[in-house]
Amino acid sequence: MDIPYTVQPRADTGLYNAKLGIWLFLASEVMLFGALFSSYILLRVSAPEGYWPHGWLNIPIGTCNTIVLICSSITTVMAWASCKMNRFGRFKFWHACTILLALTFVCIKSYEYHDKFTHFEFTLKDGTYADGHILEDKADSLVIHGRRVADRKELFDLRAPGVKIVNSEITIPKDQIQKQERYGPWHHTYLAIYFTLTGLHALHVIGGAIVIGFLWGPLSKQWQTDPERFTNRIEVSGLFWHFVDLVWIFLFPVLYLL
Amino acid sequence: MNAQHTPPVAASATEHESFEHHVRRYLYVFYALIFGTIVTVLASYIPFGHRSINIGVALFIASSKAFLVAGYFMHLISERKMIYGILVFTAFFFVGLMFLTLFSFVDLPWHTVTH
Amino acid sequence: MQATTHAIPHAHIGEAHHEEAGFWSKYVFSTDHKVIGLQYGITALSFLFFGFCLMLVMRWQIAHPSQPVPLVGPLLAATFGNMAVNGAVSADLYNSFGAMHGTIMVFMAIVPLAFAAFGNYVVPLQIGAPDMAFPRVNMASYQAYVIGGLIMFVSFFVPGGPAQAGWTSYSPLATSIPTDGQTFWILGMVFLITSSLLGAVNFIATIIQLRAPGMTWMRLPFFVWAQFVTAFLLLLAFPPLEAAAVMQLMDRLAHTSFFLPTGLAVGGTLANISGGGSPLLWQHLFWFLGHPEVYVLILPAMGIVAEIIANNTRKPLWGYKSLVYAVLILGFLSFIVWAHHMYLTGMGTRVATFFQTTTMIISIPSVIILTCMFMSLWGGSIRFNTPMLFVMAFLPMFGIGGLTGLPLGFNYSDLHLHDTYYVIAHFHYIVAPGTIFAMFAGVYYWFPKITGRMMNEFWGKVHFWTSFVFMNAVFQPMFAQGMAGMLRRMADGGANYSQAKVPGAIGGLSASIMGLHTYILWAAVCLGLAQIPFIINLFWSINNGKKAGSDNPWQATTLEWQTPTPPPHGNFAKPPVVVRGPYEYSVPGHATDFTPQNQAGSTAE
Repeated sequence: MDIPYTVQPRADTGLYNAKLGIWLFLASEVMLFGALFSSYILLRVSAPEGYWPHGWLNIPIGTCNTIVLICSSITTVMAWASCKMNRFGRFKFWHACTILLALTFVCIKSYEYHDKFTHFEFTLKDGTYADGHILEDKADSLVIHGRRVADRKELFDLRAPGVKIVNSEITIPKDQIQKQERYGPWHHTYLAIYFTLTGLHALHVIGGAIVIGFLWGPLSKQWQTDPERFTNRIEVSGLFWHFVDLVWIFLFPVLYLL
Repeated sequence: MNAQHTPPVAASATEHESFEHHVRRYLYVFYALIFGTIVTVLASYIPFGHRSINIGVALFIASSKAFLVAGYFMHLISERKMIYGILVFTAFFFVGLMFLTLFSFVDLPWHTVTH
Repeated sequence: MQATTHAIPHAHIGEAHHEEAGFWSKYVFSTDHKVIGLQYGITALSFLFFGFCLMLVMRWQIAHPSQPVPLVGPLLAATFGNMAVNGAVSADLYNSFGAMHGTIMVFMAIVPLAFAAFGNYVVPLQIGAPDMAFPRVNMASYQAYVIGGLIMFVSFFVPGGPAQAGWTSYSPLATSIPTDGQTFWILGMVFLITSSLLGAVNFIATIIQLRAPGMTWMRLPFFVWAQFVTAFLLLLAFPPLEAAAVMQLMDRLAHTSFFLPTGLAVGGTLANISGGGSPLLWQHLFWFLGHPEVYVLILPAMGIVAEIIANNTRKPLWGYKSLVYAVLILGFLSFIVWAHHMYLTGMGTRVATFFQTTTMIISIPSVIILTCMFMSLWGGSIRFNTPMLFVMAFLPMFGIGGLTGLPLGFNYSDLHLHDTYYVIAHFHYIVAPGTIFAMFAGVYYWFPKITGRMMNEFWGKVHFWTSFVFMNAVFQPMFAQGMAGMLRRMADGGANYSQAKVPGAIGGLSASIMGLHTYILWAAVCLGLAQIPFIINLFWSINNGKKAGSDNPWQATTLEWQTPTPPPHGNFAKPPVVVRGPYEYSVPGHATDFTPQNQAGSTAE
């Protein structure tokens, strides 16, 4: 006896098995990212006044990434629609776009991560702070592109109205440096939750891209033997992809804008 | 596992057309999403006075975009009761997790160190 | 948007040819739910045995602190080096064993056995399906379980030993412990959680989509309902723990401060961290899973109990509808009671009251389920075979476990009882003479369907009576110890807080309370010995047990008994058509005292 409803929907539920399966899985993913968002809220609410960062992330780049993912969402739905309209060539085109857009997203994200990992905060022995990217590593001093502040709080709210950040080339003698720390996840809980949320999201982007890549490539020959089942697979993988876009729709304002 | 053996049915022109109608709808949603993105970014620069207003605006726009993606791209707007049911319960538990946890942190007596 | 349109050309597929599968694809990399169920069962029972052995070593240490452990002392010394000098259990080793006993029993023994093993084997058969909805995902979920289990097992052998921060792995302790074993624990958990999530998706999709024609929701055996709710609990409650595990892993490896507060000092020195985190956040995320998890531990057991009661009283379950609604409400409520594990964390009174209220409310569906099962015995022609004995013992044992939960649910009385042995006694009564008895019952009950032979009745009864006596002997005294103030997780068994150590101290543990340790140790050893007849019976009966004589030796009504023995690949030649409810026993006017669900006849429901 074969497993029923792999392609044809069951009458009383109106669903085929894989569609129910993917929605159940997405429900669990809602709880996963939901827990992380809840943690974000908690960490932010418990932070001391003035010490929660705003504006540490590059908004134009984030906006670009958001648009990249939105585009990949429309290409995904167009790929599925092409299958439904029996246009295999168009399907191949649209999903090739999806995969390329996914890779673009990951590349931009990597650039952002790199930018953070090369950004330093220096605690100086005279009680002031310096902050920026290292331009030159000389024998006894560092030349950074950044700024120097007296109050550490000034490093946090970069988006407050009226705040103007002026970065310049500053030389810091190495014997003045008490502590030097990259803007990695260990540096502040904001960065910790940022890297965790976007890292987990990026893993989902990569995973989704791999699955769509397989469906686009080696598994696409199922179109010849069982086109309906193949179309359902495109739909199911598309649902996952839209979910990944959905998460980013919330991630972007929460982490970048607020 | 084998596919079900179903009788082949020829594609009809009308069905293609109705799908074109769906495709048009997807494009409108796409434009709306791009528009929503731009509005969110611009709105974040507007000083509303209290930051919580910015948060409210951003979350409202994000929820609207999410509704569009879920409703149209993920076909939720025409989906079956079974899926709705699962998602309603999920949403309830997610909200429960978020608010009860938060509530337990802010419901502390005065002058208690929270961090 | 419906899945099917007619715009796509349909294809004609050739018939699948089932060639003879080799050993590896038939027994190791199988996608058949029955094989996977047995794989889960054997692996889970092995971990159950291993977790039991850990407990025996701990009980020795509690009764005879710092004395070399008999028999296994040299093995401990060889494996753990300076954590087990001369084969005596050090405090660190005790903590390791305690953490791993809990982890292994909950995540690697009971859940895989109750949910995955019995569920995988029985549920598709009981609903009349050929297999689970996603057989390859099923295989993947088992493989993830094995990998997670292996990681946990291997953690015993890394320098520093396995995790030490309890099965609850609270931060900041879990983050500060220097052993890599603690990191292994987190990695193992990620795999185990993934396994459960994949399994949960499979179960829910299968039960919704693959019920045979005529198998309406209200004709489902209660065991299937129980597994259905359990799957939802796993699906929605585990992900927050997965998120928390990732965050704790980040704390350990990337030195983040998700759960580490500002100003944290470890070993007297200020930790070099950013701070800003919250230890309570871990607790909330953990217990958000932790509470539904305990219902995951009990619901499949209740399902098994229901099946065996109906079968051995030869009458329908009393209150089937109440059972169904109760289990659904129980599942729902289990998501909003979790902070009753956190009453002593300094929550405000409003939040504490909320959780106390929901905790009290959740006892109602539990009582409804237990009452229905008790009422099912009334007026029955009870057959006292081995499965029935275990199931009948389950009822009062679960009753004791449940009732002793009430003082823990009220936060006022929990002030006194939190983190004491009373808690240990409470939850062990539910899981040990509760769930595990149901597991034993399930093994004896479904053994003839799997093998075609019966397990030996005499030794089954010996196994039952000895286990019953010694289970109570082990856990009953712990209530007294807990009420006297003995705390959990004390490597010396509370000796530092005893009257012997500090004579006359108020609240010091008396000699009689401390003396119970020796008694409990002997009871535990006897409990272990009592399992020997079971283990021998299990393996011996596979080839030498009395032949079952029919495909349905228990004369049961549910669909798993209407298949050949053992059920072939695909289970049913064609889908069975269900025409009646699951418990048509002793129906007036019928020739036999049972009518299978798929038996067409004049009196269909």
